[in-house]
Amino acid sequence: MTTLSQTLASDALTSGRLPRFTVPVIAVASLLVGIAVASLFAGGNLALAAVLGFVLYLLAMETAARVVEGARQASDRRATTLVTGAFILALLPLGSVAWEAISKGIARFDLNYFTMSMRNIVGAGGGAVHAIYGTLYVTGLASLMSIPIGLLTAIYLSEYGRGNRLAKSITFFVDVMTGIPSIVAGLFAYALMGLLIGPGFKSGFSGSIALSVLMIPVVVRSSEEILRLVPNELREASYALGVPKWLTIVRIVVPTAISGLISGIILSIARVIGETAPLLIASGFTASLNNNPFDNPMMTLPVFVYDSYAHPGTDVQAYWDRAWTGALTLILIVMLLNLIGRLIARRFAPKIGR
Amino acid sequence: MSQKLTREPEAAPGRPEPTPSPARPDPKRPGETVFRGFALGAGIAILAILAAVATFLLIQGSPALLADPAALTAKGYGPFLEWVLPYVFGTVWAAVLALAMAVPVAIGIALFISHYAPRRLAQPLGYVIDLLAAVPSVVFGLWGSLMLAPAVRPLFTWLNTNLGFIPLFSGQVSGTGRTIFTAAIVLATMVLPIITSLCREVFLQTPKLHEEAALALGATRWEMVKMSVFPFARPGIIAAVMLGLGRALGETMAVTMVLSGGRNITFQILTSENPNSIAAQIAQNFPEAFGLKTNQLIAAGLVLFLITLVVNMIARWIVARRAAYSGAN
Repeated sequence: MTTLSQTLASDALTSGRLPRFTVPVIAVASLLVGIAVASLFAGGNLALAAVLGFVLYLLAMETAARVVEGARQASDRRATTLVTGAFILALLPLGSVAWEAISKGIARFDLNYFTMSMRNIVGAGGGAVHAIYGTLYVTGLASLMSIPIGLLTAIYLSEYGRGNRLAKSITFFVDVMTGIPSIVAGLFAYALMGLLIGPGFKSGFSGSIALSVLMIPVVVRSSEEILRLVPNELREASYALGVPKWLTIVRIVVPTAISGLISGIILSIARVIGETAPLLIASGFTASLNNNPFDNPMMTLPVFVYDSYAHPGTDVQAYWDRAWTGALTLILIVMLLNLIGRLIARRFAPKIGR
Repeated sequence: MSQKLTREPEAAPGRPEPTPSPARPDPKRPGETVFRGFALGAGIAILAILAAVATFLLIQGSPALLADPAALTAKGYGPFLEWVLPYVFGTVWAAVLALAMAVPVAIGIALFISHYAPRRLAQPLGYVIDLLAAVPSVVFGLWGSLMLAPAVRPLFTWLNTNLGFIPLFSGQVSGTGRTIFTAAIVLATMVLPIITSLCREVFLQTPKLHEEAALALGATRWEMVKMSVFPFARPGIIAAVMLGLGRALGETMAVTMVLSGGRNITFQILTSENPNSIAAQIAQNFPEAFGLKTNQLIAAGLVLFLITLVVNMIARWIVARRAAYSGAN
């Protein structure tokens, strides 16, 4: 201990600072104490050990920093600990969801699952090919409707309508639309089709209308944010060269922002591809493959997962296994989408600022 | 970002537009007219869609709103207001619980990614949180009901025994763990990445000069964050929380699959007597509903729509009160 204080005192630069090894030492010590207490009193509950360890670490660091470094440094260290802790806390559900989906979904992650529908299947066996096709139809149609409308609106908002009344009200109502609950979008599509075609009409296309209502505002918001990040110097330089405004947008503004636009669109697809509630209402359930998105109910993967979970037959495990495999498939699809989006984004990313 | 200091604040309302843009399209440039027309048309289409949502819900929901209470008792779920109020309570209560848990954590994560994590790690870490946003709601529902609910039961029992004097934790602990608290935890997990990613974006837009000035004056990292990042980001944080609230209010599957709710109005969060949310009520009953029941569920959807509308408008008003929102460009 004397050598420690001597080394601290001898170096003017590090005096009044905790030595670097303090953090790992206290972290390991408090975690060990946490595990010890948890195994003594609560039969080795891991969650309890982690919580106890974290609290102990917080207290110990606070005391040490307050004594050696003073109150300002102590609060700085406390903030660092809490902020890092928040991040680790968020990893827990992510890890848990991934683990559960993989460990329980792998059981039915076989060829049958991707080649068979649920037609005439009771109990074990069967697959989700009808639901996967349905998801592709519904999401594809929704993207086809939403991306052009969303992008063009974003262009109008950021390039043409800056500050005018119409643009302000569009921005406002896009915000309102972002807040539309997914199930309300489903009810809207159902009500619309009910009036246009007949009550109780369900189809894949109704589902894509519902998804569009959810997708458009996401595309608009993300694209508008990105377009606004394009430096005005680029636009001004283009105008100075006599380029018309619309060509400036098409040739200068959009290409500069393309990575952000793509990543925004991919994220919006990823958001709606897993939507369950609107499809539950607008597209309905079916056990068979339906290749016509404009008539008859169409099963989609999220609804398939919900249906397998909520309405199992006598062989509950077979249904829940299919549900988990569906969940795993959904996660994989979404991750693949994200990966593709990121790769494209990185490939065309402009080198501006940070 | 640095040129921002030397330029006029363009986003400020009431100032002349800085870009020397042509006020009206040049007749010699048809491309301009067409392109502008398309952009404008898309914007107007959005307004039309929103109006259509309200209109069609109103048309299909009105039979239940206008019907005689006796008819609703006979063929529907009962008199409308009396029927829908417990679900309104459940919707708001679950969302508030979820946000109370999610917002501090989300701001912490966003700060960690933007200002605390090593530079090289920041982007992959942000990607990890985005993955959480990418997990579909139905997967969270499955996870919440089959994995989380059994796992949190010991915690519920502990809270009830040791903190039972607080009304929130009082009452008879649920035997299944499928309470509104569990649903709120799942909801919090689901809104976390949305709040985080928006906060992170805003934190990253903090003017570098402000941060460096604070550090140069001897501020610690936390003081720098308090002095330069938070004041700059406050409207952005509010906008993020607003989006999170909108998502939490309308999130259906997590509540539908996790919660076994009824028509209870209670603030106890650990018991098996839970309020149900409007969205979950609709999802659970819509496939089997017919006639007036369908109309009544659509009318409930209209109520949910109006609630989110009001929440969004209040939040927008808060955002508008703070000047210089969106410091970019």
